[in-house]
Amino acid sequence: MSDWESVIGLEIHAQLATVSKIFSGASTAFGADPNTQACAVDLGMPGVLPVLNREAVSMAIRFGVAIDAEIDRHSVFARKNYFYPDLPKGYQISQFELPIVGKGHISVSPGEGEHKEIGITRAHLEEDAGKSIHDQFPEQTGIDLNRAGTPLLEIVSEPDMRSAKEAVAYARKIHSLVRYLEICDGNMQEGSFRCDANVSVRRKGEQELGTRAELKNINSFRFLERAINFEIERQIDLIDDGGRVVQETRLYDAERDETRSMRSKEEANDYRYFPDPDLLPVTVSDEDIAQIRAGLPELPEQKKQRYIDELKLSDYNAELLTGNRDTALFFEATLAESPELSAQLVNWILGDLAGALNKAGLEISDSPIKPTMLTQLVARIADNTISGKIAKEVFDAMWQGEGSADDVIEARGLKQITDSGAIETLIDEVIAANPEQVEQFRAGKEKVLGFFVGQVMKQSQGKANPGQVNAILRDKLK
Amino acid sequence: MTLKSEDIRNIAHLARLHIDEDAIDDYVDDLSNILSLVDQMNQVDSSSVAPLSNPLDATQRLRADEVTETNQRDKFQQIAPDVADGFYRVPKVIE
Amino acid sequence: MTRSVIEICEGLATGEFSSVEITQDYLARIAQHNPALNCFISVTGELALEQARQADTVRAAGNAGALTGVPIAHKDLFCTDGVRTSCGSRILDNFIAPYDATVIEQFNQGGTVMLGKTNMDEFAMGSSNENSYYGSVANPWNLKHVPGGSSGGSAAAVAAGLAPAATGTDTGGSIRQPAAFCGVTGIKPTYGRVSRYGMVAFASSLDQGGPFARSAEDCALLLQTMAKFDPRDSTSSEQAVPDYSAGLGQGIEGLKIGLPKEYFADGLDSRIAGVIETAIDELRKLGAEIKEISLPNTGLSIPTYYVVAMAECSSNLSRFDGVRFGHRCENPVDLEDLYKRSRGEGFGAEVKRRILIGTYALSAGYYDAYYLKAQQLRRMIKDDFQSAFDSVDLILGPTTPEVAFEIGAKTDDPVSMYLQDIYTISLNLAGLPGMSLPVGFVDGLPVGMQLIGNYFDEAGLLAAAHSYQQVSDWHLQTPGLTS
Repeated sequence: MSDWESVIGLEIHAQLATVSKIFSGASTAFGADPNTQACAVDLGMPGVLPVLNREAVSMAIRFGVAIDAEIDRHSVFARKNYFYPDLPKGYQISQFELPIVGKGHISVSPGEGEHKEIGITRAHLEEDAGKSIHDQFPEQTGIDLNRAGTPLLEIVSEPDMRSAKEAVAYARKIHSLVRYLEICDGNMQEGSFRCDANVSVRRKGEQELGTRAELKNINSFRFLERAINFEIERQIDLIDDGGRVVQETRLYDAERDETRSMRSKEEANDYRYFPDPDLLPVTVSDEDIAQIRAGLPELPEQKKQRYIDELKLSDYNAELLTGNRDTALFFEATLAESPELSAQLVNWILGDLAGALNKAGLEISDSPIKPTMLTQLVARIADNTISGKIAKEVFDAMWQGEGSADDVIEARGLKQITDSGAIETLIDEVIAANPEQVEQFRAGKEKVLGFFVGQVMKQSQGKANPGQVNAILRDKLK
Repeated sequence: MTLKSEDIRNIAHLARLHIDEDAIDDYVDDLSNILSLVDQMNQVDSSSVAPLSNPLDATQRLRADEVTETNQRDKFQQIAPDVADGFYRVPKVIE
Repeated sequence: MTRSVIEICEGLATGEFSSVEITQDYLARIAQHNPALNCFISVTGELALEQARQADTVRAAGNAGALTGVPIAHKDLFCTDGVRTSCGSRILDNFIAPYDATVIEQFNQGGTVMLGKTNMDEFAMGSSNENSYYGSVANPWNLKHVPGGSSGGSAAAVAAGLAPAATGTDTGGSIRQPAAFCGVTGIKPTYGRVSRYGMVAFASSLDQGGPFARSAEDCALLLQTMAKFDPRDSTSSEQAVPDYSAGLGQGIEGLKIGLPKEYFADGLDSRIAGVIETAIDELRKLGAEIKEISLPNTGLSIPTYYVVAMAECSSNLSRFDGVRFGHRCENPVDLEDLYKRSRGEGFGAEVKRRILIGTYALSAGYYDAYYLKAQQLRRMIKDDFQSAFDSVDLILGPTTPEVAFEIGAKTDDPVSMYLQDIYTISLNLAGLPGMSLPVGFVDGLPVGMQLIGNYFDEAGLLAAAHSYQQVSDWHLQTPGLTS
């Protein structure tokens, strides 16, 4: 096993968040009735012509600028010819020889303290195909062309990744970036962000690449990791058994957790690319690029640096917070009301909240605990309304939907006891009940103090202010 | 340039065109003749010439990102050979 | 009945006749002669009368435009909402277009009356109109001869007086060659001058719509309606459209006209050469300065053209797959069968040939040798014209090497048919405007003279043709159809 090395490259299709299609004025909204958002252009009616959406071009450039890539001043659309029922014209308008975004790169961190630079070969604009629905009719496949013509940015990486973990880190990074750039909603379930993985294996030290398989139909990062790992093992086993990997497209089956050959697409393709004569070269000026660059939002790397510089967060925490735009937005929302509590808020977000989300399989944007709720919770610890220990109970209750921190504290009566008279009464009771320990303490056994604190806290059901308990105890035990 | 009947079958498949077996020979002749005509292009060395894909040296105009189309499914599907429940239908595709 | 568009406009304006009346006249004439000529694939009589009534109402209200109420025929390649748009193909025999082409929209806005949709070579692929699913069209000057193609129905309809004017499209000569064969005037504008939206594509980088009429004067009027910037066509030009009719009187005094020596070389019928010479003498008398020029790569234009056109058509015609519109074969057993039989049954022989060659030219391993090479030659051909226009204002030559040939004479030999396009196709490769006008007869069949202009100089072409038509009457001759 260990003398093998896997080589992975990803092709990511990000649906661009335009309101209309790349070449027509039909809506791109998700979920409409079949074929109600497919206009004459999307249907490939005889005589219709494409006209390019300005916003799609601008979004592609935004991505290019963010990955430090060369933006082609003169890019060309080409036709990729093949027959498939969800491809209405018999060709897909894509880019071939002159894509809008050229070579770029992005830095990813597959684990704590690890950094790896991944090359991006190119990113090009193209139109999405429609959808084939196989389970609607017994004898037929249904075709819904609502998605046909939705703008896609296809982001092609170099084969720079050496493990499924690295591939996932890269995919997550791109996912995060396109969301930061607000060019893609990143919804993998709806197919807005799709990953195909090219996977091959070779013996360590070999220079030549092995034959690769292209894995498709992967709709989550979890499945991406599983599909790649399955495929790596499949290829190694195959070669170990004296077989050979064939270049083919394989479908990932999440239910069986395996990849299998797509027989229907096995036939060698000859796409007959040529420049689309219905479209002219797209020119981009230096001013266009400068303008787009100036309008870029704060990107993850910049945000991270700001967190380190201004909020004094650690490199690791800053990386974790900025890795996902939603996490950063959540953090910044909590911070808005109580900037002085940043350290505590970071701990809660990366600790208890992250743990709970992970356990429930939820994204932070779907968290039942909203930023304002978390801020209130942390504020109640800071103003001594509750102790850190009680706060965990409040957190769990909020997670269960029992309302805000204040609601829970009120309803469950968790307010900390800070009335020194009440605490003195508790302490007096504990001292009276434990004369032996009182003797020990007075004989100089300092450790016994902990016993008394514990007893008092227990009597108060955790609600007594630990600081006050300590001070009063010392006083009374003198 | 002469084509073989196998070439015709391959191209016809790429172009998804049914061609009768007994017409293949005619296509071999016709297409070979056309290709000989086309081969006259090689009389000229054009290696240093930039290809021209469109007669006007214009650049692509861009349209605003606006929804301008409304649902016309009924009208479009009236002329379709097989539709049901709003879907176009084709014989079952096995993936 | 050989009224010009201008005469009809005058008649409508003075109240000599109404649009309904003149439309009824044309419909009657179509009913009488179309069975022999086969110019129309569809005659839209009811729609025409309805449009005519509307036009009369608009005129009565004092809102008539230049062409309000004028009957016109449209090539069956322009999509017409609610009306069959067949492109001369079985595959679209059942295709009722769900929208109007921009050109149709512009004519409708101008208040013209559509008489019907004219016959054509299937998907505009052909030079004789014999490649139509709806049968060949007869040349009104001699019914045994072809009218030319691909816009043969439009040219023959105008020549026979079945319509005062008609639209056509020109990818390699499809307006100019049938105009020459039928003795009418036709103009192919600069690429990008007339919107291609809704004009079913044959070869996108070559296709251009334009009008047929009896004279340059009529063509000017029609082109005024057709030429317009269209935001729905990315290749449409934003250049301002001049007033073509106003420019007709500019004359040709001092105009430098170039005669490409390659257009008068071997292959040209010497009798046609003689007719053209006579016309050139007329132009000289009108003050034009005639000089010989050279377009050295003329011979390469045919192979170059066919590679570009076939490659583009192979891709453009992929959308006819029997899924969303058009012909679908009976009982397809699977998807593959559906595609292959629907297309195999739907397309005719010439279309299939071109799809196959185009597919071949674009396929892996051949792209550079064919398509890329053709694009390089295309630039050389364009450069030839550009340097010619450094020293001349217009270029002149024959439109075709022969007059209209007999139906069936060239059907067995596609290559000999392609060679008919030698003088017309290089303009499409370069994107230049050109027109054909009648200048005489050989064997009782019309001879066309081609004028080639610089980019967007349609006004100059029309003015030169108009000057010639002021001193000649070839464009006024009509074929002796029975009655």
